[in-house]
Amino acid sequence: MNCWTYEEDRYDSYSRMILKYFLAEGVVCRHELFVATAQDTPDDILQELPAPILDDVAVPKPVEHSRLTGELQESLDAMKIAWRYQNLPKVQSALASSSRFGHYYDVSKTMEVEIRQATKCHLFYLPDHVTPPSTAHRVESYSALLRSLQEVIHREGFDLAAPMSKSRNILRVGLHSMGSVLWGDDLCCHDKPRHSHALTTFLYGLRALLRSSLSVAVVTIPSHLIQDRALMGSITRLCDNAIALESFKGSERETNPLYKDYHGLLYVRQVPHLNCLASQLPDHKDLAFKLKRKQFSIE
Amino acid sequence: MFTELNSILNTSPDSFTRGEFILVSDRHSDASFLIHHFLSFYLRSRCKVCFLGLVQSFCHYSAVSQRLGVSLTQAKEKGQLVFFEGLKESLSLLIPQENNTESEAVNFLRDPAVGLRSLYEFVRSSVNSSGSVEEGAEEWGPPVLLVDDLSVLLSLGVNFGDVLDFSHYCRSAVCSELQGNMVMLVRCNGEEEEDDGDEETEALLKGLTHQCSLNLHVQGLPTGYCKDIHGKEAPMELKPWLPGLSLKK
Repeated sequence: MNCWTYEEDRYDSYSRMILKYFLAEGVVCRHELFVATAQDTPDDILQELPAPILDDVAVPKPVEHSRLTGELQESLDAMKIAWRYQNLPKVQSALASSSRFGHYYDVSKTMEVEIRQATKCHLFYLPDHVTPPSTAHRVESYSALLRSLQEVIHREGFDLAAPMSKSRNILRVGLHSMGSVLWGDDLCCHDKPRHSHALTTFLYGLRALLRSSLSVAVVTIPSHLIQDRALMGSITRLCDNAIALESFKGSERETNPLYKDYHGLLYVRQVPHLNCLASQLPDHKDLAFKLKRKQFSIE
Repeated sequence: MFTELNSILNTSPDSFTRGEFILVSDRHSDASFLIHHFLSFYLRSRCKVCFLGLVQSFCHYSAVSQRLGVSLTQAKEKGQLVFFEGLKESLSLLIPQENNTESEAVNFLRDPAVGLRSLYEFVRSSVNSSGSVEEGAEEWGPPVLLVDDLSVLLSLGVNFGDVLDFSHYCRSAVCSELQGNMVMLVRCNGEEEEDDGDEETEALLKGLTHQCSLNLHVQGLPTGYCKDIHGKEAPMELKPWLPGLSLKK
């Protein structure tokens, strides 16, 4: 029911990686996904999802009576190792750890198609939607996106008002580069944009949808392009969690020995206090991140 | 509610000044905890409360109020609390549907230029209903209007002049006419003296500061971030970014 925003790093490398981690976790946890983009197609992002690191869990197969004695003996041997699993349904080892909180991924490999396709994905690619011309205070692409998201929430039963008898799941919403020119917004073009409140109004509507459904959203925003700095304060307050990423790529910090072990800095702009009087704040605010093959470290 | 704050303000649910407009503001911090304080304060005082919850769901306010010893659900059922859930009402205008009625109180979402008159009419009808008591219904004290928060109206495109007009009309109706109280939250970005700061929010804050009887301003530490800050008397533990509570009367 809450919304995370990530202020994109300059080249949208690490913010895109965070989005992919979020969606990959949704696949492994068997949630449903809603992905919206205006530049690359949602399929492009899904095809780049990192491969989950498999657990060493034996996968039991039911004993087949038509097998020869040798094979039967082999399968019985397997049961001795994994006897406690013999009554569990046959599962792929990648998903055997889905009951665990959080998983690890190998960013040097992409997720297998079979694993990804087992997840129900709802895609919104802006060029596929015909929208009427925007007005001064309304960007129609944002309205179309809200409408599409609401339809999915109602149709697939994520609405909190839906009857409790239906089995419930979580909808993970990934929205890429909101506020960029490709969404029809001029926030990144002018310091006095014509649509100065379109993105904040969209985020308000998104917040309303998230609060009334079993869904969680990650929104990436190219804040380094937004010239009205005061607007970022409003954008931050309309989200529950707000993180900013600053990559060292192409900057003088890339060669600074102080930062040699890291790829960039991470700023916690806002932490949530949903259903609480105040936020639980992190121990430290000076954070740096490093993307390793099997881990995204924040220290 | 926070008894320490009541002590500082020399007030209690049994004895408080009527006709007051209390402005709660923050900068680099989050003063929403004060809204929860005043909500529980005035409900305990048996006032008739109209709460415009524009930024969180009813469940959020209810969960926090429960921990402060007040049930918003019961208050609603008894007719003591009129709760306006801005997020829920906004969807009818942001995503219009054929069968859904649009909430007129947030018609500024359709076109911000129309101002906040409809929202004021909603407030007016909510606080005026405290005058007509049905037979057998409980009688409540003076009306109170709480708004969380006014800054979000600026984020939704409403002009700061319209927001000032709205607060003025509400103050006139609630505080002057009905001798009730009003508490409004305004959240500021950036520094007060910045040239490229948020001019509209600063102008709104100045205008409201001029109108109010009391301003509670919450601000981050000038010395920077500190995880554990306790108030002088210890019981009111102000979390990081919330230690500077200044009172201006």
